[in-house]
Amino acid sequence: MRYMLLIQQGDTPTPGTDAWDGMSADEQQAVYADYQALNETPGVTPGAWMEGPETATTVRVQDGRTLTTDGPFVSVKEALGGYLFFEADDLDAAIELASRIPAARLGGAIEVRPLKGS
Amino acid sequence: MNCLDQVFRDEWGRVLAALIGFLGDFDLAEEAAQEAFAIAAERWPATGAPDNPRAWLVTTARNRAIDRIRRERVLAAKTCLLDVPEATEDEVDDTTIPDERLELIFTCCHPSLALDAQVALTLRTLGGLTNEEIARAFLVPDETMAKRLVRAKTKIRAAAIPFRVPPPHLLPDRLAAVLAVAYLIFNEGYGGRGDLATEAIRLGRALAELMPDEPEVHGLLALMLLNDARRDARFADGAIVLLHEQDRALWHLGQIAEGRAILDRAVALGGRDTYVLQAAIAALHVEDPQDWPQIAALYGELGRRTGSAVVELNRAAAIAEAGDPEGALALVDRLELERYHYLHATRAELLRRLDRPDDARAAYSRALELVHADAERRFLERRLAELPPS
Repeated sequence: MRYMLLIQQGDTPTPGTDAWDGMSADEQQAVYADYQALNETPGVTPGAWMEGPETATTVRVQDGRTLTTDGPFVSVKEALGGYLFFEADDLDAAIELASRIPAARLGGAIEVRPLKGS
Repeated sequence: MNCLDQVFRDEWGRVLAALIGFLGDFDLAEEAAQEAFAIAAERWPATGAPDNPRAWLVTTARNRAIDRIRRERVLAAKTCLLDVPEATEDEVDDTTIPDERLELIFTCCHPSLALDAQVALTLRTLGGLTNEEIARAFLVPDETMAKRLVRAKTKIRAAAIPFRVPPPHLLPDRLAAVLAVAYLIFNEGYGGRGDLATEAIRLGRALAELMPDEPEVHGLLALMLLNDARRDARFADGAIVLLHEQDRALWHLGQIAEGRAILDRAVALGGRDTYVLQAAIAALHVEDPQDWPQIAALYGELGRRTGSAVVELNRAAAIAEAGDPEGALALVDRLELERYHYLHATRAELLRRLDRPDDARAAYSRALELVHADAERRFLERRLAELPPS
């Protein structure tokens, strides 16, 4: 089964923010090391990191007209920050991997979604 | 319930679990099981039940499912649209049908399913209740319950929720989820729908049989048996009857003895956690006279483990019974349970004992504003009417 793990940053400190700068060098290193270890885990296909939700544009089509709004589809707090793919035997394995993603313990959350036809 | 119904009730969960384990698909397994039970209902009255009804049911259902997979594969070959895996047909060895109910329970109570779906799925698959029965028990329309079950089964398949007993590092959390589902079913029954309480106890017995070394499993079973033993004494004339006013002749003493024995086993296994503590409290409650200081101490321990304000409220009631209504009232007034009618009912009772009838009246009135169950409303109205006039 193939899963997509959607990383909702929430309040997670990310590089370039004051909250990130407020973390100790050790804490910052731990986050980098954790992501590095995740990306090297068998079955994981890393995705790309996204720019912040304030750079997002949301597109809808109503009655044939394309409507764009500034910002993410959900509120900024719940916006997607990144994603990765994971090939696993079952949901328990995907949940275990999700629990290792730093954002999950730093105020964000991980949405685990099975991919169709996998 | 006739003999055939009894066999169905007893065997449904085990037969279905074996089929899901074999087929890897809830819907296919359920359809095949239903078919096998229908054939049995038709044949057994004439021919008599086979020597091993369970093996017969599993074998018949397996054969039906394999037939179905074959038919679909033929269809798929014709249309080239479906990719159906090769069906394997083993000779069924009647003596070694594995008991996969535990795998089934842990799948149904997987934390990635919504709690109401866990409850419905457990009652449907382990308990063999129909959609309609579960819908009635939880006071939702049949259609809502049917959708809830379909959605849960779809998620199990689509997200690949594993059909297995969780590995040791996941077991404590997962077991807690299973026990929470069983206890929730029991409490729905305890509120008056006795079938659900019976169903929860059946589930508890199965769990105790399948996990004989888990103290909390025995603790939960003991707790349910001890509370359920007082079921016939808990209501009179449509009003709830408090424990110390219950007619003890209506208690089921055999069940109390069984609950105590199971509690002893849980304690012997080293059980000190929440269900064991609650069972120990329930066991003390059915003693005469009750050891209130000991009950209050156990509520204190339970409160430390759960951080629950409701447990603190119960501790306050025990402290009052132990002879300190003022201390109890001070404790109650510290709790943040404004919307909880038991808080106000307990306050009212304490104020009545402390000879403050006007304050008691106000507290009973507030409890009545918040109460939902008719039996409890009638009880509160009676208490309010018994207060001396101001």
